[in-house]
Amino acid sequence: MGKYIAKRMLISLVTIWVLVTVVFFLVRALPGDPFAGDKITPTIKANLNAYYGFDKPLFEQYTTYLGNLVKGDLGYSMKYPNQTVNSLLTGAFPYSADLGIRALCLAVSVGLVFGIISALNRGNKIDLLFVIVAVIGTSVPDFIMGALLQHFFAIKWGLLPIAQYKGFSYTILPSIGLGFYTMATVSRIMRASMLEVVQQDYIKTARSKGISKFRITWKHQIRNAIMPVITIMGPTVAAVLTGTFVIESIFAIPGLGKYYVESVQNYDYTLILGMTVFYGVFLILANMIVDILYGVVDPRIRIAGK
Amino acid sequence: MSETTKTVSRDQFKILGKSVEKMESIARPSLTFWKEVWRRIRLNRVAYFSLILLVAYVLLAIIAPLVSPYKFDQQDASAMREGFSAAHWLGTDNLGRDLWVRVWMGARVSLAIGFIAAIINSVIGTILGGFCGFYGGKLDMLVMRIIDVIYGIPSLIVCILVMVVLGPGIQSLIVAMVVVGWTGTCRFTRGEVYRIKEQDFVAAARVMGEPTFKIIIREIIPNIMGLLITNLTMAIPGAIFQEAFLSYIGLGIAPPNASWGVLAKEGAKMLQVAPHMLFVPAFFICTTVLALNQLGNGMRDAFDPKLRGTE
Amino acid sequence: MDDTKNNILEINHVEFSFRTYGGTVKSVRDVSFNVREGEVLGIVGESGCGKSVTAQCILRLNPEPPGFFEGGSIKYRGEEITTKKDKEMRKIRGMEIGFIFQDPMTSLNPTMKVGRQIEEVFVGRENISRKEVKQKTLEILQLVGINEPERRYNQYPHELSGGMKQRVMIAIALVGRPSIIIADEPTTSLDVTIEAQILDLLKELQQKTHTSIIMITHDLGVIAKMCDRVIVMYGGKIMEKGTAEEIFYETAHPYTAGLIKSIATLDTDRNQALVPIEGTPPDLFSPPHGCPFAARCDFAMQVCYDDLPEEYRLSDEHVTTCWLQHEYAPKVAIMMREIEEAAHE
Repeated sequence: MGKYIAKRMLISLVTIWVLVTVVFFLVRALPGDPFAGDKITPTIKANLNAYYGFDKPLFEQYTTYLGNLVKGDLGYSMKYPNQTVNSLLTGAFPYSADLGIRALCLAVSVGLVFGIISALNRGNKIDLLFVIVAVIGTSVPDFIMGALLQHFFAIKWGLLPIAQYKGFSYTILPSIGLGFYTMATVSRIMRASMLEVVQQDYIKTARSKGISKFRITWKHQIRNAIMPVITIMGPTVAAVLTGTFVIESIFAIPGLGKYYVESVQNYDYTLILGMTVFYGVFLILANMIVDILYGVVDPRIRIAGK
Repeated sequence: MSETTKTVSRDQFKILGKSVEKMESIARPSLTFWKEVWRRIRLNRVAYFSLILLVAYVLLAIIAPLVSPYKFDQQDASAMREGFSAAHWLGTDNLGRDLWVRVWMGARVSLAIGFIAAIINSVIGTILGGFCGFYGGKLDMLVMRIIDVIYGIPSLIVCILVMVVLGPGIQSLIVAMVVVGWTGTCRFTRGEVYRIKEQDFVAAARVMGEPTFKIIIREIIPNIMGLLITNLTMAIPGAIFQEAFLSYIGLGIAPPNASWGVLAKEGAKMLQVAPHMLFVPAFFICTTVLALNQLGNGMRDAFDPKLRGTE
Repeated sequence: MDDTKNNILEINHVEFSFRTYGGTVKSVRDVSFNVREGEVLGIVGESGCGKSVTAQCILRLNPEPPGFFEGGSIKYRGEEITTKKDKEMRKIRGMEIGFIFQDPMTSLNPTMKVGRQIEEVFVGRENISRKEVKQKTLEILQLVGINEPERRYNQYPHELSGGMKQRVMIAIALVGRPSIIIADEPTTSLDVTIEAQILDLLKELQQKTHTSIIMITHDLGVIAKMCDRVIVMYGGKIMEKGTAEEIFYETAHPYTAGLIKSIATLDTDRNQALVPIEGTPPDLFSPPHGCPFAARCDFAMQVCYDDLPEEYRLSDEHVTTCWLQHEYAPKVAIMMREIEEAAHE
């Protein structure tokens, strides 16, 4: 198992390095000048230039940046020269993290339950209802879902707050908007998986032992059916992550997503770099955790990795 | 005991022996592969209806802007943010432009991007994946590592970066989506080719002396064709979503050109005042994606030989 | 009729079918036989003849729906099985009647430890402690010939070889000390050397524990080695039943004869061609009116195509369902390799 983890980490490290390098050079290729704002006086501009080393050869800039990265220093934002990228990130991150985790937990738990109930009631009205919900869920992109939820539940019917993130009731609509698509996907996959597992021979063996239907469903069916869901957890986390970009703007939540989109539009190099690195590392860690989780649930992987 | 309760006569007891026609019972007539697939899709009402819907959308996208009295960028200050009416079937937007025309102009863009991006992804992914799965070795390892790395980066972020560098527009959008999207098909194709390659009928073909090239064409491709087409169908919704998303955050198509994503963005801004501006593009995005998904499901079932005889 | 004193399982005129989109499949069409205490009963037939479905009917393991009983009765120690609810069946499954499945590769839950899977037989049963359960499990692992039971107890199925997995399946079937074990082609997926070991094991266990075994197979060799009495099935019906001796040496049904003639024996000449039975099994969606084997039978007569034959009793145990036994029928030698002589009588 240890070898398995080590291998995953190595690949992750390489991935991060490639990511940072690609982004570094890509961002330099952007048209536009980040210093076109009028807040910047020529002296500050010269200082910034000296600090970021725009007058130095490209390769030196690169190595300096890498060196800083390893120390954990992501530099200063160019658009907000008083603030470090780190401080911006740490200020906004908690909002996004909170939203993301809520949405993810909601989506996965509800999705699993729907999928299981659907599969156990195959063919009758309950199944049909859940399937329709799932189908709708996978056909509506999260930003439209978010806008619709806001329009109906908050604005028109006034049941929930319209925007911002100041308390529990504020988290409801954004979480649902962000998580609905994932919930629908998980539900569909779980249902299909349950139906496939129930055809397996070992289910018949379980029945021949005289154990209860409940136990068969729980210990044999669900335990095996959940694999495909775990497999997609990696991309799912990524999807939720990127979904925050838009949900945060719809609900005016001061999270990372908003900053990210802004930084791209402002050509704020260091912020773009910093956030991309951050997202990249985050996602890679998430994937690693998913892989480990997979090993816990499926002993075949665990033992093969030894 | 040789008494019987059944009435029989002596002449029924002459030995006749086997009956060759009766001994081989074939339960159903066999059709060619593609005819069988088409037959199954037609039987599946949901998939069939989805197919018709999509064809209808494509036709409307081509024809509607041509026959409409309005142009997509024709502004009319006197008819802003109107709802559905006889003059403007789907209403107008905040600059007085007719939404019906804009929806179908947008359809051209969104559908085209969706199809083209998905097709290019599939072609690249299939060819690469096919080689990797079939030959293995160093090429396979290299490509897999590249995919691992690309996979680790949030795809939307890469899309955004590419868009920013290349500027807005249809070409850049397609390039961005392709850069990110070929990995899925590649992995999938590689897995399938590898799986089929290891099966006995391929070994049998080899033993019979079939050249490698022919093996690929006659044994492997027909078996993955079905799954490929299904995957393609299911990849298009993703592409449409991505386009919509990118346009929504302002990185996709530039106004006054329309795509469904752009329309959604404009609609979202006006949600309080003129909700139909969001609902209209949202409706079309959702129904298209729905239809594609259902069609994809239907195709997957239609191509599955194990389901023969269960309808 | 059969000696009813020692019967623990009585199967009478059972008909079992499946509703599918394409129609109703009649898998089991009027099957009757008994199982006695301590005996090994073999059921032999081609794939699709209904032997597995019949066996699974005994424990109600067929999915119902789409499966259903069209008629007949199954009595275990006098209790009617076909009408029991699932909760009642659970008392019988595992403890009174055990089942060994065909493919050990797919018949074990890949995510559950082997020991636990054996212990599951005792879940929900009264009057047995956790400790006792573990002890019984370790004992049974030893009994079925698995060395280092403690170590294997904690392993997962994929860590075991095919032969060992099948031993685990036997352990699962045996651990509840049932009166009957149904073995559905237990050695078909194993290679020959392992097959021999498994069959020896079963025979040994059977003699030790005096359990009845219903051995389902398509392999006459297994029948010869293991079984006291034999049932031959085809097209969902029983063609012939009797003791193993009678089936092999006093064969009364052309189908049985065909099966025996098609296998190579130590006496078969090297240059002798094996004689297969031409043709394929009948379509069970709309089974033929008459004898299901008629189309493939060298001795078929018009009456065979017209009507189902009745049972003809040849001895205490030996029964055959064939029109050739009728007084009107010509005398034929069904075991002859050259059938032209027989046909020209």
